[in-house]
Amino acid sequence: MMFKLFKKVLTTGIVTENFKAPHDEELEALGIEIKRRIDKKFTGSLAIRAVDAGSCNGCELEIHALNNPFYDIERFGIHFVASPRHADVLLVTGVVSRHMQTALLRTYDATPNPKWVIAMGDCASCGGEFGVSYASCGAVSNVIPVDMTITGCPPSPLVLLKALLALMEK
Amino acid sequence: MSWQKAFLQQLEEVEIFCRCGFSRITTDDENAAKAAPTQRIELWQIDDKHWQRFAELAAENKLRWAAGWAEQIDGQFYVNACFEKSGNYILLRATVNASKPELSSQATVYAAANRSERHTHDMFGIEFLNHPDPRCWMRHKAWGKRDYPLRHDFPVQGSPAEITPPDTDYHFIQSHGVGVYEIPVGPVHAGIIEPGHFRFQAVGELILNLEERLGYVHKGTEKIAEGRTPEGLAKLAGRVSGDTCVSHAWAACMAMEQAAGVEIPPRAALIRGIFAERERIANHLGDIGAICNDVAFTFAFMQMMRLKELWCRTNYELFGHRLLMDKIILGGVAVDVSDAAAKFMLTDIEQLRAELADLIPAIDLNSSLEDRLYTAGYLSPETAAHFGTLGFVGRASGQDFDVRRDAPYAPYDSVTVKVAAENQGDIASRFWVRYKEINASMKLIEQFIEQLEKLPEGDLVANWQTPKVESYGLGIVDGWRGEIISYVRFGENNTIARFYPRDPSQLNWEALEKAVLNNIVPDFPVCNKSFNCSYSGCDL
Repeated sequence: MMFKLFKKVLTTGIVTENFKAPHDEELEALGIEIKRRIDKKFTGSLAIRAVDAGSCNGCELEIHALNNPFYDIERFGIHFVASPRHADVLLVTGVVSRHMQTALLRTYDATPNPKWVIAMGDCASCGGEFGVSYASCGAVSNVIPVDMTITGCPPSPLVLLKALLALMEK
Repeated sequence: MSWQKAFLQQLEEVEIFCRCGFSRITTDDENAAKAAPTQRIELWQIDDKHWQRFAELAAENKLRWAAGWAEQIDGQFYVNACFEKSGNYILLRATVNASKPELSSQATVYAAANRSERHTHDMFGIEFLNHPDPRCWMRHKAWGKRDYPLRHDFPVQGSPAEITPPDTDYHFIQSHGVGVYEIPVGPVHAGIIEPGHFRFQAVGELILNLEERLGYVHKGTEKIAEGRTPEGLAKLAGRVSGDTCVSHAWAACMAMEQAAGVEIPPRAALIRGIFAERERIANHLGDIGAICNDVAFTFAFMQMMRLKELWCRTNYELFGHRLLMDKIILGGVAVDVSDAAAKFMLTDIEQLRAELADLIPAIDLNSSLEDRLYTAGYLSPETAAHFGTLGFVGRASGQDFDVRRDAPYAPYDSVTVKVAAENQGDIASRFWVRYKEINASMKLIEQFIEQLEKLPEGDLVANWQTPKVESYGLGIVDGWRGEIISYVRFGENNTIARFYPRDPSQLNWEALEKAVLNNIVPDFPVCNKSFNCSYSGCDL
């Protein structure tokens, strides 16, 4: 049994691709906008707490992809953590549904300073298809301060990876 | 004699009279009768007082309760329920007075109707008498107890507080006894998943009871659909559940096309089929990997994620979007399949087959995986039937139903759809059903490509014609999670008056509560993943 497994590991080889941190002009082309001057970048590692505040689950699929062997995001020291108390960055997807408003505020409060908030996807950045209604607060910036927005429905893993690298010291 | 006729006779014997018609009111009944089964859904209208009695007789006749929703028309409410038996659907309707809207509950007969009626109550204020669970469901604290968002007098902006307080007074089932404890989980979960709340009662590691509390991602989808253009609705439907963007958009478009009497070009139907099967394969690959990950078998997880990534990249290369979002549009599809694209897909399928031929035996021979997946998360065929469980979850528990085979619509009416069905009902069974579905989908894509090559190049989109006011349609397709039912009614000037999508998750969520009983708490994630229900598709 183990033979089949090892054979597959060996024949698959390494599929991981190389990515460089983006230049400033590249950011704009990728639909990434830094809303606040980031005066101090994180070095070596970045702990992310993903919060779905009212997404359709499309963005989540692309966040998941960051952990696949092509992007292998952990090699850059970027990892997803289970608690906001361990996080440097809140990666928020979706419009903020009113039923999630308090949960998001509490998650934000539980995240230690210094912290950054990334609004990922069209919904989180500007409201997308759902906008503001009796059930939705709209964009994330309507609820908590946002430092970076990434447009796209959903943004591709490549764009997401570049955005995260832009937050880190080279 | 069809079961409908026999059933109608039986109803008449107990003095329940149905006024029957067809859903497609733009064409005459004779034409409608010739159309595909999903194109000729019979409408049965009954008096409101018979609502529950009808359900009792329907259950005796083994009709499956499939969906329920309401709508407001002038001063009245229409309450709708959709039933299915041997691939034939009926749409049941009762009219309820708006001044005192109440109706007997069908949830007393059909467990599947439980949350649906609670949803209808919260959104419309229709009281379901003798409902077994009168707690609110969709309403947390974003609107008042006496406010009903889907009524016409409720403005789309509502009057929300600056900060919506948390829903703290929901009455979960309590348990008492030595050593019994409670674990509240969510709405924000530890992983990268959608928000919802789970309340476990446990003794030691054993789960005594699980209660789901959803509604956290309620985004007002039904309300903001009102007044949209048909094109706008297709976009919104693609975001009911992002992992099912193809099938939800298809169901909504099918409903709108049915209402307008528009037939999509054959080429568009084949391409829709290709997209839907590509979506099924992508999700199954990802979830098979994720199930392995939840029992710490990283090899399989990484390999499956690799295959899924390659699959999504092909979507992007050929059609411009990794998840194929917005590629199904009103009247057809947004992008053609060129000869080169067809060839590319065929090579891709060959490669995927070869990869799986390596991988699946290696995964199958892993005894630690066997240890965790076999017998865990068991859903009996009886429980599955009780909750009207759909898709691969139902098929792994003896529910041998697939819209593509049993109520075929174009392009599935031109091929033989093989449905994988098992009775084993555990996580392993759901795993294997999904693997078999990947194989079946690859074959379907090959067949669709073959048919596509025989077709002359032609239109991808049918000409739209404005539907008559009040015309409606019911789009029924088989998404990767199972049967999706989408209801659309038109208002004036080509605008949407009502949209209700019923994701299969709405029924599968309740079955999950039962499947985890007597499992250990640490196995909940893998049980949950083996169902992979949508939160967004359920909360709307």
